[in-house]
Amino acid sequence: MDKFRVIEVKQSIFEDNNKDAEILRNSLKEKGTYLINLMSSPGAGKTTTLTKLIPELSKSLKVGVMEADIDSSVDAETISKTGAKVIQLHTGGMCHLDAQMTRQGVNELGADGLDLVILENVGNLVCPAEFDTGAMLNMMILSVPEGHDKPLKYPLVFEVSNVCVINKTDVLPYFDFDVKKVEEYAKMRNPDIKLFFISAKTGEGIVELAEFIKEKVSEIKK
Amino acid sequence: MHELGIAFHISDSVEKIAIENNVKAVSRVTLEVGEVSTVIPDYLTDVWNWNRKRTQYLKDCELDIEIIKAVTYCEDCKKEYPTVEFGRICPYCKSEKTYLVTGNEINIKEIEVEDKDNGAS
Repeated sequence: MDKFRVIEVKQSIFEDNNKDAEILRNSLKEKGTYLINLMSSPGAGKTTTLTKLIPELSKSLKVGVMEADIDSSVDAETISKTGAKVIQLHTGGMCHLDAQMTRQGVNELGADGLDLVILENVGNLVCPAEFDTGAMLNMMILSVPEGHDKPLKYPLVFEVSNVCVINKTDVLPYFDFDVKKVEEYAKMRNPDIKLFFISAKTGEGIVELAEFIKEKVSEIKK
Repeated sequence: MHELGIAFHISDSVEKIAIENNVKAVSRVTLEVGEVSTVIPDYLTDVWNWNRKRTQYLKDCELDIEIIKAVTYCEDCKKEYPTVEFGRICPYCKSEKTYLVTGNEINIKEIEVEDKDNGAS
């Protein structure tokens, strides 16, 4: 009679992903490969920032890049010109990468011998923030034209990011972007967040950001 | 399409539980979804119904969604208030030092399974 029974599960749907992420993080640490998850909205300048950062980073590090997009390979082509090892990942309609997809990407890229892998997540401020990719550092970019109120509107991505890069500072004179407010709002969501102000176009602030990343990478080598 | 990824995660987790418990099929999954979890229940149900046909154990599995109220706590006046109505600013003292207590969950609460017909109890 009792053909059906109920199994109590009580598990967050992120639990499996969090476990996968932890496994990936530990295995990369053992290999001495640092993984950065780069997030932003579309058009904030993830790819352009990388094209400026990579030559700076490559002076002392072997760098690999995974470009995640719903479709196309334009970003991977742009990055390949910097000389970094690069692969394009297609999410097939999904708005974010999870730990399992990241692991597959890392295997495809071949992380052996790389000091640093940068995962350029799908352009989106919502979903990528919810899934731990297994990265050791979450870095986000907010560009000046998007406005200083974004930490209020998309709180989660600021909460999970260790670093917030404010890009396109060269256009500050043309926008009502309040530099003090963006810092105040971002720290309200995450008191430990570190802010960098850069212009990927003019190169302003790139060296400082690269130095910070190099220091982070050296931490896991000790 | 945020719900697509969520539906894949739920179905992977539930299939794993189905295999661990050696069941014939799963007939119902009950989810707890917070009001501010970024999941839209209707969308999730739509993708669920599309995806379940591609699975082994969830072909006829219904998705039941229980909504969890979003509640925010104010650190300044120590009161709780409904998040959806008032957002991040405390309606009592206007403080911005608030944090979410409940409401961003996406939990698999329980599943209803059908056992194999091998006479075993």
